[in-house]
Amino acid sequence: MENLNDLQNTYGSDKVIDACSIFGMMDTSGKRFPGDDIIKAIANLHVRGNGLGGGFAVYGLYPDYAEYYALHVMFLSNEGKTETESFLKDKFHLIDASEIKTRPLPCIIDPPQVWRYFLKINKYVSGVKADDDFVVDCVMEINTRIKDTFVFSSGKNMGIFKGVGYPEEIGRYFCLEEYEGYLWMAHGRYPTNSRGWWGGAHPFNILDWTVVHNGEISSYGTNRRYLEQFGYICTMETDTEVIAYAIDLLVRKHGLPVEMVASVFAAPFWDEIERKPHAEQEILRSLRQVYGSLLLNGPFTIIIAHEGEMIGLTDRIRLRPLTAATRGKMLYLSSEEAAIRAICPELDSVWIPLGGEPIIASLDKPFKAPVSISVSSRYKRGGKPHAD
Amino acid sequence: MKTYLPSMFIVERDSDRCIQCKVCVNQCSFNVHSFDASENAVVSDEKNCVGCHRCVVFCPTGALNIRRNTLDYRDNYNWRPENIEDILKQAETGGVLLTGMGNDKAYRVYWDHMVLNASQVTNPSIDPLREPMELVTYLGRKPDRIEFDSHTHKLTTVMPPQVRLSLPVMFSAMSYGAVSLNVQKSLAKAAEQTGTFWNTGEGGLHSSLYKYAANTIVQVASGRFGVHSDYLNAGRIVEIKIGQGAKPGIGGHLPGEKVTAEVSHTRMIPRGTDALSPAPQHDIYSIEDLSQLIYAIKEATNYEKLVSVKIAAVHNSAAIASGIVRAGADMIVIDGLRGSTGAAPKIIRDNVGIPIEMALAAVDTRLREENIRNQASLVIAGGIRNSGDIAKAIALGADAVYIGTAALMALGCTACQQCHTGKCAWGICTSDLALTKRINPEIGARRLSNLLRSWAIELKDILGGMGINALESLRGNRLHLRGVDLSDTEMKILGIRPIGA
Repeated sequence: MENLNDLQNTYGSDKVIDACSIFGMMDTSGKRFPGDDIIKAIANLHVRGNGLGGGFAVYGLYPDYAEYYALHVMFLSNEGKTETESFLKDKFHLIDASEIKTRPLPCIIDPPQVWRYFLKINKYVSGVKADDDFVVDCVMEINTRIKDTFVFSSGKNMGIFKGVGYPEEIGRYFCLEEYEGYLWMAHGRYPTNSRGWWGGAHPFNILDWTVVHNGEISSYGTNRRYLEQFGYICTMETDTEVIAYAIDLLVRKHGLPVEMVASVFAAPFWDEIERKPHAEQEILRSLRQVYGSLLLNGPFTIIIAHEGEMIGLTDRIRLRPLTAATRGKMLYLSSEEAAIRAICPELDSVWIPLGGEPIIASLDKPFKAPVSISVSSRYKRGGKPHAD
Repeated sequence: MKTYLPSMFIVERDSDRCIQCKVCVNQCSFNVHSFDASENAVVSDEKNCVGCHRCVVFCPTGALNIRRNTLDYRDNYNWRPENIEDILKQAETGGVLLTGMGNDKAYRVYWDHMVLNASQVTNPSIDPLREPMELVTYLGRKPDRIEFDSHTHKLTTVMPPQVRLSLPVMFSAMSYGAVSLNVQKSLAKAAEQTGTFWNTGEGGLHSSLYKYAANTIVQVASGRFGVHSDYLNAGRIVEIKIGQGAKPGIGGHLPGEKVTAEVSHTRMIPRGTDALSPAPQHDIYSIEDLSQLIYAIKEATNYEKLVSVKIAAVHNSAAIASGIVRAGADMIVIDGLRGSTGAAPKIIRDNVGIPIEMALAAVDTRLREENIRNQASLVIAGGIRNSGDIAKAIALGADAVYIGTAALMALGCTACQQCHTGKCAWGICTSDLALTKRINPEIGARRLSNLLRSWAIELKDILGGMGINALESLRGNRLHLRGVDLSDTEMKILGIRPIGA
């Protein structure tokens, strides 16, 4: 999309401001399940969006093509499609291409064509470049250069579906009840000043990483300028984009474990750090000293996913809501408890995580709901989990 | 030679209120007031008055007032009274005009052309009375990234030395000799009470102040006064002074009259001799020489101290700062056009250097473009007046600010610009023992601590209003600034958008 910025940020604001509903559910045994439930859950949060954006992320989506990069691409014109396809053929081995199935609905107006491509790295083209870096470069090139084209999903064995509308409408439009995955995320958007366009809806994805986000990052200017030093150019001008790039930097490039990323995004307060045992103090202090510019300040709740893992996190004084719940092997994260209850009335446990406390669901490390949560600081407030 | 200079001020004495108590006679160090025994009246010789208001504040009956002598000349935009009077002074003395304090000219104060942001609806403002609000700042070189052992999750990165400030404000370099020991004691005590730093300036560290080492920055300037191994190892930060905002390119001059026994001992120079710091450091004639000095100091202090380099804000500060970071400095100090001094040639003070706001923006931008911003902390100085200026400086990209004039004002200074005379009636910028005792270090420290406390509270209010609860999220966050009445070029350099956009 050569005019990405105009579409995304019509009024040229500092950044695009929006709020929303978010929901995530993961079967930590890896069992795949269809999208009916999450559509019902996000529909329950209808009033948290304004119909200008909805979307879903599904992991474990393409097991038959798990080794290939799956690109989901939207085209606003046939020209864009022709150019993109020739670009992809130049850069990759094209394994498969198909238009993503949709169901015409009166509420969905003027949708773009949405296609999926399964791509294998062509080593003669990518050369010495790491596969992931090569894919990121190609996605960036399409998104900033090729006319009327936007790649919004580029991971393996996963995919994003999103567009303008309420999320439950988008879910039905893309026939998500027909797909299965072990991890689903959903987002209902409430932009304040940007007319919705399909690419501006959430989730935001790059490679394997996906973010849904509710909040406004008041530290956006600091975060953005810090990331620019590492070559990340924020073309979308959203908080979510900043979060995605920060994760990419910290996890993929700097190799930090996810728990430490949470301690960067929602760093403990200094006086809290100073009360920790010495070794932990040293780690937390160093993290904050070095990555202070990636502290996400202001209200946010995020759900981050990548292969085999889903992480929920709020800002350190929990200015946006997040409720977690478990039922058997299933872990739920939601803006509101009601949405969880809507699809699973009987829960093993349900609780409100502490501000800045990451909730991590993982295929490798089975999640254990906390037996009790001690309020570790006077700044953090949280309810104790209770059995239902 | 008869002087043609008119009096600058008019002393008004209300004879109904004056009780001839002679407080003004005793308080004035410029010999304005005297007691005429034959008339049994206190009289004033206003030609000596500098407008410091010491007599006004201490007059027990409120009998005194000082007014500017608005002697009218024929209107002339070019030949304003100051220009005429400076010529008169030079015609009568044949010398360089000396002055004190910082540039007082009407160059644009950019702080006054930037406004801050606040949260409304889409993100909540945070109430600092009810929520934690963090101003803690760590100065020092930060590694590019943190590394852990992948198995044990233990930190493998060795962090370079860091110093902790409880608020992003430190006391600027003011040397012993230029200011009195009691002033330095007040600064050191206040720094200790508040959790920040004071700076020795280039005059060494008096033996009675070593106990404040944990809150001390020791300076190494071109004169190397009082520099020895214990001195270097005393503070937490060693600051190499290359330049000063009030007099870029000019050395220091402490007249022999101010070199008393104690000053002589601390500076390691003979009593009564002029203490002249050369304009350049004579072992630094280029950037690689600076690097050698930085590492010589690091060697001498076992790599346990931050090494800071202070420069005056000049036209190509950005390129110079970049070189300083690459030379190994852990902290850069940029001192702007309005930075003060105990003594400087007036023509330099009034005409050389650039405003700190522009220098700061340019330096921060350049260091980021070169991906070396994390390698050194950026501290600015020169004309910071209040917490609003500080918030704007942080948003432009500063890690912390130094205050000099503002700190002295907390002790009574009224910016009368007589620092170079050694006669400061407030007992600040003098080594006259009769005057220096006017500063009580306990009370001085309390006044300074109060000032910092007030600013900390205000900074928290500003941050909370923006929906930010840690200072690092404002640092370099230029989206929280907007320019008022600035040209496009100025806004481009500042990296800010205009109001309404």
